[in-house]
Amino acid sequence: MAIRSRDTRAMIDRYRPWEVVLIYLGIFAFLFFLLAPFIEGFLVSLKPLSQLFSSPYRFWPENGSFEAYRTMWISVPGFGRYIFNSFLISTVATCVVLILVVPAAYAFARFDYKGMGFVLAGFLAVSMFSGAVLLIPLFRLMRTLGLLNTYFAMIVPGVAFLIPSAIWLLRTYMMRIPTELNEAAYMDGASQFYTFRRVILPIARPGIVVVAITTFIGAYAQQFIFALTFNSKTEYMPLPVGLFAYFGKQDVIWNELMAASFVGIAPALIIIFFLQRYLVGGLTAGAVKQ
Amino acid sequence: MIKSRSSLIFAWALLVPAILYILVIVAWPLVETVRLSFTDASLRKVTNYVGWRNYEKIFNETFLTVITRTFTWTFFSVLLKMVIGTFGAVLLNAAVPGRHLFRILTMPPWIVPMAIGIFMWGWMYNGQFGMISGLLQRFGLVDGPVAFLAYGETAYWATIVTDVWIGVPLVTIYFLAAIQAIPKDLYEAAWTDGASRWTRFRRITLPLMAPAIITMSMLSLIATFNSFDIIWILTQGGPSGQTTTMIIDTYQTAIGSKKYGEGAARAVVICIFLSIFCIAYFRVTRRLAAAEKA
Repeated sequence: MAIRSRDTRAMIDRYRPWEVVLIYLGIFAFLFFLLAPFIEGFLVSLKPLSQLFSSPYRFWPENGSFEAYRTMWISVPGFGRYIFNSFLISTVATCVVLILVVPAAYAFARFDYKGMGFVLAGFLAVSMFSGAVLLIPLFRLMRTLGLLNTYFAMIVPGVAFLIPSAIWLLRTYMMRIPTELNEAAYMDGASQFYTFRRVILPIARPGIVVVAITTFIGAYAQQFIFALTFNSKTEYMPLPVGLFAYFGKQDVIWNELMAASFVGIAPALIIIFFLQRYLVGGLTAGAVKQ
Repeated sequence: MIKSRSSLIFAWALLVPAILYILVIVAWPLVETVRLSFTDASLRKVTNYVGWRNYEKIFNETFLTVITRTFTWTFFSVLLKMVIGTFGAVLLNAAVPGRHLFRILTMPPWIVPMAIGIFMWGWMYNGQFGMISGLLQRFGLVDGPVAFLAYGETAYWATIVTDVWIGVPLVTIYFLAAIQAIPKDLYEAAWTDGASRWTRFRRITLPLMAPAIITMSMLSLIATFNSFDIIWILTQGGPSGQTTTMIIDTYQTAIGSKKYGEGAARAVVICIFLSIFCIAYFRVTRRLAAAEKA
């Protein structure tokens, strides 16, 4: 029986040649839409500026070079600093998120006291509001606290919007840890806190790592509106805003902008290729926040 | 689970830091936005309560146009994300060699910093030297260069396309997971009965992934309604306000012109719409979960 059903499955999945051709054409059209800006961006980064601004349009670069990858360091003086800022902001934000989320996710996974369902719904509702509608009071709050034009002005509001999906993701993971562990620890006389720290946390470590990675990517990808609004100092700007501010000022040197963009997205691309198996599961579970 | 007074206290103690954080950074500003919407707050030191004047001021023809535009913009963007996402998920589910690589290749638009992806689109839309205009001219579809971001109509669609581009990967991967959760026996039974591939898609795949489509379109609706970066980087709401959505309008009023009171009134209107979407989302997902159990 088992063998027959496997046969059927193989038969179902067998495509006629024209079907295979159609599937590949469809997939290539789909991927072309998603990757065209990257392909074009990369080719632009290789083209010399004179060729870039010539018509008619040419897709392939003629005598292309990696020259722009060298000159961009000179014409965008803060570039190294922007990348450093992006990493610093994302790293600190990720740490703060983990400190807040790990205990909260455990509470939501293990306990079900009155009112907790409501609180969980409250957390999820946060992800429905963008930072944009809260900008005015946040701006005044940051000004009162003297945090405008500091790293904190970008980290503090950013963290709030990374919390919901992190809680949701880690709670799902922790719900799979058997409750027998808690009971056994209780029998041995362990306190609640001891159980959490010595029994649950070590087991949950893989889940915490996934949450850390997805949170970092989220923090790295979404640095725009707070950094644009709450910080005007060039030395604290993260990469997206730094590039936006610099290239907004004068005639855009497109090949250098594209080169800089590629260097800026390289970390994210590297992470995808090495960790994609964990990410697909993690990111779709965190789909509550897009 | 062992229930006791101490575990009750422990459970809430674990939650307190996160709750406090959200109260200070999200809940309080939300309340403060409502309060400010009844004042004439600006850069001046003194602020006065002005009652409903801000709301009376903003509800004019321009604002109603902005609301309508926000809704049509969001509608088309979500619709395209769902259609392209379904298309992509079905194709990526096909058992052809290379599908694992293709799945990874869908992810970049979503993972890379949003602003940087948008810069690349900014170049693509360039009329003189950009790829889209260049290729259209090459294939003789248009006569001269098309500067997509320079005209209201094309800028409106260009910003939608970029928004779709950023949203599609998540939708596709979510739908793919939904398709893969469909029991294989159903397909085998249908195949034995001689159902064609199209019939199997229409009668099995589509109905069974409907809950995923509904959930995702509501999440996508909320995210798209909040979309800021794309329009701000590509057009800043222009040309002549033709890509100004409610979020962009609020930002321009509050941060651009420093009219905090009027900006807050606009933000409150946005929050009302978002709350409606949010409640609808929770109700729908609860009903879907109940239907699944039954």
